[in-house]
Amino acid sequence: MLYNEPSPLETRVLTRRFGMANSAAIDTYLATDGYQAFVKAAGMKPEQVIEEVKVSNLRGRGGAGFPAGMKWSFVPRTSSKPKYIVVNADESEPGTCKDRVLMENDPHQLIEGALIAGFAVDAHAGYIYIRGEYRYLIEIMDRAIAEAYAKGWLGKNIQGTGFDFDLYTHTGAGAYECGEESALLESLEGKRGIPRIRPPFPAVVGAFQCPTVLNNVETYCAVPAILRDGGAAYAALGVPKAGGTKMTCLTGHVNKPGVYELRLGFPVKQMIEEVGGGIRNGKKLKALIPGGSSCPVLTAEECEGATMDYDSMALRKTMLGSGGVIIMDEDTCMVKAALRIMRFYAHESCGWCIPCREGTTWLRKILQRFHDGGGVREDIGLIGDIAKNMLGRTFCPLGDAAAMPTISIVEKFRQEFEDHLHGKPCPYEHAPEAVGV
Amino acid sequence: MTFSPQLEARFEKLLQSYPPGRQRSAMIPMLLYGQDEVGCVSDELIDEVARRVGVTPLQVNEVLSYYSMLHRKPLGKYHVQICTNISCLLHDGDKLWEHACKKLGIGHKQVTEDGRFSLEEVECIGACSWAPAVQVNYDFHHFVKPEELDRLLDGLREKP
Ligand SMILES: Cc1cc2nc3c(=O)[nH]c(=O)nc-3n(C[C@H](O)[C@H](O)[C@H](O)COP(=O)(O)O)c2cc1C
Ligand code: SF4
Ligand code: FES
Repeated sequence: MLYNEPSPLETRVLTRRFGMANSAAIDTYLATDGYQAFVKAAGMKPEQVIEEVKVSNLRGRGGAGFPAGMKWSFVPRTSSKPKYIVVNADESEPGTCKDRVLMENDPHQLIEGALIAGFAVDAHAGYIYIRGEYRYLIEIMDRAIAEAYAKGWLGKNIQGTGFDFDLYTHTGAGAYECGEESALLESLEGKRGIPRIRPPFPAVVGAFQCPTVLNNVETYCAVPAILRDGGAAYAALGVPKAGGTKMTCLTGHVNKPGVYELRLGFPVKQMIEEVGGGIRNGKKLKALIPGGSSCPVLTAEECEGATMDYDSMALRKTMLGSGGVIIMDEDTCMVKAALRIMRFYAHESCGWCIPCREGTTWLRKILQRFHDGGGVREDIGLIGDIAKNMLGRTFCPLGDAAAMPTISIVEKFRQEFEDHLHGKPCPYEHAPEAVGV
Repeated sequence: MTFSPQLEARFEKLLQSYPPGRQRSAMIPMLLYGQDEVGCVSDELIDEVARRVGVTPLQVNEVLSYYSMLHRKPLGKYHVQICTNISCLLHDGDKLWEHACKKLGIGHKQVTEDGRFSLEEVECIGACSWAPAVQVNYDFHHFVKPEELDRLLDGLREKP
């Protein structure tokens, strides 16, 4: 099911079957070139498959943007240990709801992507780690997996190629931190989601202490198109150093929030105005977070000339992240936004290392006091100091994810903090509106 | 402990899904699916899962406290989860949350006296583009305005 109207400005590669009748059924998939990319891959050498993914410039879609083909090439193919494919379907980054629509509307595309990855690195089993809240998607994926077994696209000697591959779903049980790759692997092994020290990276020591490819749902979903149309064609859809499209979740104060597939390099302004239908109620843009709540915020001015790709965002000292775009209008209280974001990280910190465990909780308390009108001037500097002291000093990137948006909000919207001083009520908390919206 | 045939089949499949000697991997899924049938992670369920995956009940206990969806006490028949995280907040998710508390007369992680409803303020549930979002048990509800929440809850109150 689609929860929002598609936009004519989309480039539909991963979403090409969306909206078709029974788009999730294997018959629909097979009737629209489904599993043909695997057939093609199985006729190639595994190294060639990896090369094709490298040529495509596909970068990881889970947040960090690491080149997928390079990651696959780190797997020691000749290792005598079994190798595994793990699909990260934990999708919990605030602002992000794209893996959900990919699994719901075209589950076989994900299965085929995982299957091709398995062939490329000589893995014969894969696990789709799906957040527990997505129970209906576990059912959809289980049904699709059963269909694929029944039609010989999973299991032993797939379509006579001699390649065996088994695929399983695995449910999470509520923990943002289990989206972090090494915490996910711990959780998959039936433990608390405490991250692992790296190196060794999962490509060498991953699931069950064996070499493992771990990618985001969207990353795997791009693989069939890459093999089908060629890596170069996929690369050409994007920008020079990043190929293809990005599933982009427009959230917050736009007229047409929704998940849209946009080519990498799509202009931010056009995305807001034309895809998102502009800011609600004719208001002005105040701030935008490009890729989930872990990314530094951009001001409206900084959005001028920005495009939705890794380099354009890096130039503005933020990140493309997961594609969860959080759009805030001129009436948004940035202190309140910072507080809500910090409450999340304080709740989700796994507690393993002190800068994150204590830092997120202190920041949450200070921000809460501040928003309630109990802040003093020194607190503004203190918020920035604590956050900066977390940066780079935590055991996993969650600490940075908490610090980065906070630092950017304090630096770019300092005036709003000043406006809350001396017991002044939040300038943006109006009495409940009498009419509409 | 006896479970429904469907749950037994699910457990059976789970125990075969992991490499030999790695049955511990099935623990968290078994606890969650088990909780759905039993109502909570009871002492009995802990012992049973521990036995089946080959660890001690203490090891199960240590793991389960980490995961926010695993509950040691029963929730309401309808567990109403309201997201107030950033994308929902921008669509007044915080006000929706307050509205729900008033409507049901309970607060965060509390259960109504008749056991019909429980309430939880949750973090992002992956429905940010269709905010504000609510989940009742495993069902998603999108673009939920206070009046719609009222209608939804009233409907569930009447449901036999
Ligand atoms: C705290 C934290 C949470 C994360 N959550 C997710 C997630 O929900 N889904 C995801 O794909 N990646 C998530 N990641 C990124 C993963 O660690 C990993 O980089 C990614 O799954 C790799 O796949 P990719 O290269 O295809 O993006 C998270 C990282 C951190 C630090
Ligand atoms: S940074 Fe936070 S989430 Fe990561 S290990 Fe440290 S305490 Fe845990
Ligand atoms: S922020 Fe509410 S569903 Fe994501």
